[in-house]
Amino acid sequence: MAGPLNQGRLRLRAAALTLPLIAFIGLTFLAPLGAMLVRSVHDPLVAETLPETLALLNQWDGRSLPEEAVFAAAARELVRARQERTIGQVATRINRVQSGLRSTLTGSARKLQRAQRAQPQSWREAMLEADSDWAEASTWLAVRRAGERFTARHYLQALDLDQGPEGEIIQQPPERRIYLPLLGRTLLVSLSIAVLCLALGYPIAYLIVHSPPRRANMLLLLVLVPFWTSLLVRTTSWIVLLQKQGVVNDILVSLGLVGDDAEERLAMIYNMTGTLVAMTHVLLPFMVLPLYSVMRTIPPVHMRAAASLGARFPKAFWRVYWPQTLPGVGAGALLVFILSIGYYITPALVGGRTGQLISNMVAYHMQQSLNWGLAAALGGILLACVAGLYLLFDRVVGVERMRLG
Amino acid sequence: MMKIHPWALAAALLAAALNTAPAHAQESLTVVSWGGAYGRASKLAVLEPFSEETGIELRIEDYNGGLAQIRAQVETGNVHWDLVDMEIPDMVRACDEGLLELVDAESLPAAADGTPATEDFPADGITDCGPTQLFYSTAYAYNQHSFEGKPEPASLGDFFDLQKFPGRRGMRRSAVANLEFALMADGVPTEQVYEVLETPEGMDQAFRKLDSIKDAIVWWEAGAQPPQMLADREVAMSTAYNGRIFNAQVLEKQPFVIVWDGQVLDSGGFGIVAGTRNLEAAQKLVRYAARPEVQARISKYISYSPVRRSALPLVSTHLQTGVEMAPHMPTSPENLKRALPNDWEWWSDHADEVNERFGAWLAR
Repeated sequence: MAGPLNQGRLRLRAAALTLPLIAFIGLTFLAPLGAMLVRSVHDPLVAETLPETLALLNQWDGRSLPEEAVFAAAARELVRARQERTIGQVATRINRVQSGLRSTLTGSARKLQRAQRAQPQSWREAMLEADSDWAEASTWLAVRRAGERFTARHYLQALDLDQGPEGEIIQQPPERRIYLPLLGRTLLVSLSIAVLCLALGYPIAYLIVHSPPRRANMLLLLVLVPFWTSLLVRTTSWIVLLQKQGVVNDILVSLGLVGDDAEERLAMIYNMTGTLVAMTHVLLPFMVLPLYSVMRTIPPVHMRAAASLGARFPKAFWRVYWPQTLPGVGAGALLVFILSIGYYITPALVGGRTGQLISNMVAYHMQQSLNWGLAAALGGILLACVAGLYLLFDRVVGVERMRLG
Repeated sequence: MMKIHPWALAAALLAAALNTAPAHAQESLTVVSWGGAYGRASKLAVLEPFSEETGIELRIEDYNGGLAQIRAQVETGNVHWDLVDMEIPDMVRACDEGLLELVDAESLPAAADGTPATEDFPADGITDCGPTQLFYSTAYAYNQHSFEGKPEPASLGDFFDLQKFPGRRGMRRSAVANLEFALMADGVPTEQVYEVLETPEGMDQAFRKLDSIKDAIVWWEAGAQPPQMLADREVAMSTAYNGRIFNAQVLEKQPFVIVWDGQVLDSGGFGIVAGTRNLEAAQKLVRYAARPEVQARISKYISYSPVRRSALPLVSTHLQTGVEMAPHMPTSPENLKRALPNDWEWWSDHADEVNERFGAWLAR
C-alpha cells in the first residue's frame, strides 16, 4: 500500500529524474550567465599585476605627483609584467580608462627594463624620462581606477556615462553617445517586428483554424516548413529577393515602375528595411503557433451565439472572439519581442550600416575589440530590459493568462 | 554469427577517434594569410619556395586580420595556427599581449655583403616578435572610363570634392587611414596628421570632412572589392590597396589610375602564434622570409615593396607581364611626394575609442 511515506519517496524519485536536466541547465545556461554577469563588474587583472603600486596609490592624495616609493614600485612591477608578457593586457585595460596610455605603459616598461640594469638613483626620474605622461596626476588616477577589482565602469560605458575626475557621474558628449540610442533603436525595432508579426500572423492563424481539416493541415505545413528551414537559408533568400539586382527589383524594372539604373533601383536590403522584413519573416511562426493553439480552443458556438443575439460579425469578433485570443496574442508578442531583442545573425547579414542592433555591438566587443567586460555589461543590460518587460507584462496582462497552447 | 560485445565496440570506436590526430612523421605548418591577389603572390614568392627548400609541408588558410582568433587559440591552449601574416599594428599589440613568440633579431639572416639584419632593416623594421616583410599602401584609384572627356582627379582633395568630380566613392569600412585621408584632404600637413587627430577638435574635423561625402560612400571590407567596384563602375573612385589595383591594371588591362597623393603606408610581417607545437619550423620560415632575395621576390607578383635596404635594388620586373616594377612601388620617390606612414603606435593607443566613434558615426 502506498502510505504517505511511500508517496514521499515516489515524489523524490520522480524529482530525481529531472536531475540531469537541472544539471544540464545549470552547466550550460546558469553558469555561463553568472560568469558573464560577474565579468561585467569584476576584473582583477590589473590589481594582480600591479599590487604594490596600487596599495601605495590608494594612500596618495590624487593631486600632487606621487612619492618616489610609488614610482619605484610601479617601475618594478611594469618590468616584471613585461617579462611575464602580461604588460599588453594591463595596458589595454588602463587605456580603456584613459585613451592614449597604452603606449605609455608598453613603452615605459620597455625602456625601464633597460634602465634597470643601470640601477638608477631615482625611479621617478627614470620614469619621467621614459614617458612624460607619468608627470600627470591623471595618468596615476587612470592606473588607480583600472586597478579596482570590482568596477561599475563597464555599466557606465554601456549607458553612455563616464566618471569625472572627482568620481562624479557625467553624460558623454552627444557625438560619443553610442549605446543608449542603439538600445532605443533595438527596442523600437523589436516592438515593430512584434506588431508586424501580429498583423500578419493573426489572419493566418484565423484562416487555419477555420479551414476544413485537409486545407488546415496544408496551411499549417506552410507555416512550419520555413520554421524547420535553416535560419541562414531564409535570411540569404531575402538577399536574393531584395537586393538591387534581385528578383523584386527586376520585376519592378520590367513593369517600368522604377528605372534600371543602380541609383534608381530600390534599396530594400542592407538597411533597416532589410532587417525588418527578414526578421519579421524569421519570427513569424513564433506568433502564428501560439495564436493557432489558442484559437483552436475557442468553441465556434460563441460566435454563433453572438450572431443569433443580433451582433454583426465585426462587433461579435471584437467583443467575443478577440478577447478570448488575448492570451495567445500576449504569448506570441512577448515571444517575438524577446527573441528579436537578442537577434544578431539576421541584422548582421542584411542590416547593412543602419540596420544594426545592440546585439551586433555585443558581438563586436566579443570578437573585434575584445572588451569582454563591456560586452558582458551590454548583455546584462539587455537581460535587465527583458526581465523588466516581463514584469511589466505580468502587471498589465498577467502571465498566468498567457498561453502557448 | 559473430557477436560483438558492446564494450569492445565502444573501445574500438574510442581508439579510432583518438587515432584521427595523425602522427607528425613529416613536419608541417599552418600559415594564415589574406587570400586574393596578395595571398597568391605571397604563396608563390615565399611559401612554396620555402616548402621546396626545406621539405616542410604548408597548409594555407585565409583570414581578414584582427586578433580575436589568435587570442582564442592561445587562451584556450588549442593552437592550430602556426604563423600568421599580420598588419604590423596587430603584430605589435599581439606581441605585447603575449600572443606571439618572441623572435631574436640577431638570428635573422645578414645581407649579402655581411651587413647584419639589425642594420639592414630600417629603424622600427624589426619588432620583438619578428621582422617586417613588406610595405603596402592604401591610396585611391579611379577608372578612366568614368571620366572620359572630363578632367581626371589628381589629388587627395579631389576625392572629397563631389562638386568637381561627382560620383560615388569606395572606402574601407574602418577608421584606419580614412581619418588620415580626411585631414590631409583638409590641408593638414602629413607630419602633423597624428598630432591633430590627438586633439578632440582634430578628431571632429576629420569626421566633419568625412561627413561631407558620407552619402556618396560605398563601404568595402575585403581587399578584392575595390577593383571589382571600379570595374563595374559602381563607384567613380575608391580607396584600395595599391597591389590589388596594380594586378587589375596589368593582368586584366583595366584602365585604372592610382592617385598616390596622400597615400598611407603600412607594413606587414609573419608572427608566430605563442604555444605552437612547431616552433622550430615556424622560426625557420620567419628567417627564410626575411632573406633579402626572398623579400624582394614578392615584387615579381604584386606591387608591394621589400623592407630591407639590401633588398630594394633586387626589385626588377613583374614575372608574368615584364612590367618594370619600380614606378609601381609605394616607396618609389615619385609616389612618396605626399605620403603618410601609418603611426601604429597612435592607432594601438586610440583604436578602441576611435573605432567605437566610427561605428556610431556609420550607423547615424
